[in-house]
Amino acid sequence: MTLTPPAALARKGFFKAPLALFRRGASAPRPRVVRRLPVERDWPVAAIVAVQVGILVVAIGTWEIAADTGWIDAFFWSRPSAIGETLLTFFESGRAVSDTLFTFRSTILGFALGTTLGAAFGLSFWWSRNYARIVQPYIICFESLPKLALAPLIILVFGIGLASKVALASALTFVVSTLTAYAGVKAVDQDGERLFYSLGATRWQVFTKLVVPSCVPWIISILRVNIGLALTGAVVGEFIASEQGLGRAILYAGQTYEIALVWVAVMVLSVLSITMYVAVSWLESRLRRGVGQ
Amino acid sequence: MSADSKLYLEDVSVTFQTADGPFHALAPVTLNIPRGRFVSLIGPSGCGKSTIFNVVAGLQSPTRGRVLIDGIDATGSIGQVGYMLQKDLLLPWRTVLDNVILGMEVRGVPVAEARDHARPYLQRYGLGGFENRHPGALSGGMRQRAALLRTLLFDSDVILLDEPFGALDAQTKAQMQEWLLKIWTDFGKTVVFVTHDVEEAVYLSDDIHVMATRPGRVIAHIPVDLPRPRPRSVVTTPGFVALKQRCLALLGHPADEESEAA
Repeated sequence: MTLTPPAALARKGFFKAPLALFRRGASAPRPRVVRRLPVERDWPVAAIVAVQVGILVVAIGTWEIAADTGWIDAFFWSRPSAIGETLLTFFESGRAVSDTLFTFRSTILGFALGTTLGAAFGLSFWWSRNYARIVQPYIICFESLPKLALAPLIILVFGIGLASKVALASALTFVVSTLTAYAGVKAVDQDGERLFYSLGATRWQVFTKLVVPSCVPWIISILRVNIGLALTGAVVGEFIASEQGLGRAILYAGQTYEIALVWVAVMVLSVLSITMYVAVSWLESRLRRGVGQ
Repeated sequence: MSADSKLYLEDVSVTFQTADGPFHALAPVTLNIPRGRFVSLIGPSGCGKSTIFNVVAGLQSPTRGRVLIDGIDATGSIGQVGYMLQKDLLLPWRTVLDNVILGMEVRGVPVAEARDHARPYLQRYGLGGFENRHPGALSGGMRQRAALLRTLLFDSDVILLDEPFGALDAQTKAQMQEWLLKIWTDFGKTVVFVTHDVEEAVYLSDDIHVMATRPGRVIAHIPVDLPRPRPRSVVTTPGFVALKQRCLALLGHPADEESEAA
């Protein structure tokens, strides 16, 4: 059989019945529903905090009870009380401080190195369009490459000490910084350049007095992302091969079924991560004020 | 070219090569700007006003012709004239004072010295108390003042102003015109002024050059012989109205139309 187009069906009267229904509805208008603008009132801060703490207490309590009653296997999941004890011994043994410092050091070094070199590389593209066009495909290649896949190679080259963690953290932050700084370079106001050249400026003057300052907000915007990436790089480096660090503590504890220690190390890592994030956010706001933004 | 010529364009033409063949942005133009005069260029969009400025400022090489400043060939050299672009282009990370000294700084004047030199000018020309503010805190009129002072303090005899008041409201614009005339009288510079606003051109100028499009070229030179200083009320005098109508007619507008020739 052949398909009949809807218009033809309509002509044949197929749609008559529904249309008639519709018309009846229109002839007898329904009463208008009166609605109010939905408004949510703010709770007092104390109430919000109380609920937040409540959720935490309930979650930890449930975990402990579940482990006690055997709902979950405490061997795999550990339990809050055991984690608390392990936390104490982890700090008393002094491992916590040295591991945290190790991870902190490689993260900060990698962050600083990757961001600085990456930004400098990105800014360098302002100097020559041809140079930028030649290098661009390589950068895109390196960007799409999962840098963590290079970790075993980096460990081989830089050893199992601090250097390999710094290298991995730098590799992760470098490309992002390059691309962001390059985006900043491309966004430099062409008229601004014309103004500088009309004043008889040299290229170096345009670079230092116009290009670099106008890219600063772009580079600042990448700092928070980079601190997270640098931490990832450092921890993965420790996973692959290391004698120190929180990443190594997590891996080691997992392999020896010390699940409580895994949780403890993850907790310390989160605290470290949050601390660095807050510090970088503070740095960011300071820098933004410095450039009048 | 005459002896008192400050800026002389000799058969300057600019042609761009495009996919559709050559585009004549500027047919050969010869323009004589005498020393210390206030000269306006008016014309429709695309008549090459900005191209002329770019050539004079050395930002665009002419296809043919020469630019002479004080009789010396300055074609293609930058930093010879003060050029104020349409946008104020104040650097947001610099204070007003440090924006104003940019030209001197680029020229190699030590920053402290340049600041000391600029401060009295900021005081005298209505930016006193704003020295250490950032441009973001300034009104449109104030920003234009700062941009214009930056151009003036660059210490070149010729300044090119590309529609500096185009984006301002009518009242601010009138204030800025008075202010510009005061500055021009004080500094004694040679000013070349591009505008779309015929009334503005007649009010401010000693000479008006009317331009036409396709290709960009100068079609008329109209001397404005109204006495200075000019009170605001000059705009209603028969002499002023006649000049304005002549310009509008040359721009292809009926004489009774409003002054916006954009």
